Amino acid sequence: MQIKKIICLIALSTGLQQLYAQDSTLLATLNDSMQTNAKPMYVTGTFKAIYIVNMQTVEVIPKGVLNFEIQHRFGEISGPTGGAYNFYGLDNATLRLGFDYGITDRFTVGVGRSSYLKTFDGYLKYKFLRQTDGNNKMPVTVTGVAYIATYTQHTIDDSFLTVPYRTSYSLQVLIARKFSRNLSLQLAPTYIHYNLTPTPQDKNDVFALGGGGRVKISKRMSIEAEYNYLFDGQIVSQPTHNSFSFGWGIETGGHVFQLVFSNSQSMSQTQYVGQSIHGVDQSTGNWGDGNIYFGFNLSRFFNVNKPKEKAPAKL
Amino acid sequence: MKKLTILLILIASIVSTAHAQLFMTKNAFVNFYSKAALEDITADNNQAYSIIDGTKKNIAFSLLMKSFIFQKQLMQDHFNENYVESDKYPKAVFSGAYTGDVTFDKDGVYKIIVKGNLTLHNVTRVIELPATLEIKNGKVSGNAQFTIKPEDYNISIPSVVRDNIAKELTVTIKANYIAH
Repeated sequence: MQIKKIICLIALSTGLQQLYAQDSTLLATLNDSMQTNAKPMYVTGTFKAIYIVNMQTVEVIPKGVLNFEIQHRFGEISGPTGGAYNFYGLDNATLRLGFDYGITDRFTVGVGRSSYLKTFDGYLKYKFLRQTDGNNKMPVTVTGVAYIATYTQHTIDDSFLTVPYRTSYSLQVLIARKFSRNLSLQLAPTYIHYNLTPTPQDKNDVFALGGGGRVKISKRMSIEAEYNYLFDGQIVSQPTHNSFSFGWGIETGGHVFQLVFSNSQSMSQTQYVGQSIHGVDQSTGNWGDGNIYFGFNLSRFFNVNKPKEKAPAKL
Repeated sequence: MKKLTILLILIASIVSTAHAQLFMTKNAFVNFYSKAALEDITADNNQAYSIIDGTKKNIAFSLLMKSFIFQKQLMQDHFNENYVESDKYPKAVFSGAYTGDVTFDKDGVYKIIVKGNLTLHNVTRVIELPATLEIKNGKVSGNAQFTIKPEDYNISIPSVVRDNIAKELTVTIKANYIAH
C-alpha cells in the first residue's frame, strides 16, 4: 500500500514536472540551447585602421578590398626648421602614399612611397591568430609583418650607395588584445636589419619593442598612442630618441581620418624606429626640443572585387 | 488502488504527451534587406534558434547579431560596432503567440498571425505579422516576411550614410522545425 502511494506520487510528480517545464517560457529553452551550443566568435575592430599612427596594427585588409592610405606630416613645430618663420612647420610637408590589398581575409600586401628620403617600401602581413570572445579561447590577435624599405634620394655618396646599401628590412610580431569595446592594446617586438650603418660601431641588427593602444571616446572617435623603445647600445654614433606619437581618429563610413602628433618625421618603420640612415639626419627628434610633427592619416577602402549582387530573399 | 495508480500514471503520461507538441530549430534562416538609392544591403543569418509550442500556440526566436553575414566585411563590422552594438546587446529575441488553427499531424499549409515582443538593440516592441506554417510528413516549416524600422529600435544612422540605408528593412524568415 505504502509502495503504491509512492508510485502514485512519482507518477503524479513526473507528470507535474513536465507541466511545469511547459510553463517556463519557450525563450528560456532557446537560450539554454544557445548557451550550450555557443561557439567562440572572433573579436572584430581591435583597431579601426591598419596604423596606430606610424606603427602597423594587427588589422589586415578584408579580401578583395584595396585600401588607399595617405600619411601626411607637416614640418616640425619648433626647432631648427620650425618656429614662426616656417609657420610652425606648415610650410613643409612629408607625405607617404600607400596601397594595401587584401589577398585573403588574413593576408595583406602593401606598397608605399614616401617623400622622406624618397623612400619606397613594401610589406607582407599575415594574421596568424584571432582573438575570440566568450570563454577566452584565444586571448590575443597575432599578426606578423615582413617589411622592406629602400630610399632613393641623391646624396654626395651616390656612386658608393648602391641599392642594397640603401635597403633595410624589418620583421614585426604584433600582439594585440581588445580588452573592452573602448580599449585595445598592442605590443610590437621589432627586429630591423640595416644593410649599411653610419659607422662600424652601430649594429646592423637592431631590436626594439613597440607598444600602443586605442581608447574610444565615442562611437566614432578614438585617441591612439604609440611608443617605440629602442634598446640601448645598438645605435651609438648618433643620439637617438624613441618614437612617440599620438592621434585622434574619426571614423566616417568607409573613411578613417586621424590627426596626429609625432616626434618622427618619417613614416617608414626602419627609419623612425632605428633613426639610423647612412649619410642623412635621423628621422626622429626630441619632443622636449619641439621636434614635433603635426599631420594626418587618411584611409579609404575600395571594394575592388565587387561581391556578386544578391537578390533579396524570397519566400 | 492498483487500478487508480495505473490510471494516474496513464493520465500523467497523456498530460505530458499532450504538451509535447514542441518543434524546434537551431538553424533557422533570417535575412534582412535594405534597398536604398546608393546600394542594396542584405545580410543572412543561418543560425537562428526558434521553437513552437503547438499546444499553447506559442512561438519564440532567438539569434546572435554577430551571426549575420554581409557581402562586405566592412558593412558587417559597422553593423556590429556602430549600429546594433553586438558587444553590448548580442541577441535579438522574439517571444509571442500565434492565432489560427494548425493541425500538426495533418499535412497542409496553415496561415497564422504571429504577435509578440521583439527585443532588438535593448528596445522591446510589439510586432504583429502574417506567417505560414507548412506541415509535411510530420515536419514543420515556417515562413514569414515583415518590415522593421531601425529608428524604432533606437538604431541611429548618421546623416552621412542616411542615403545608403533604407528607412524600412525587409526581414525574411524561413525555419524548418523538427519535433523536440
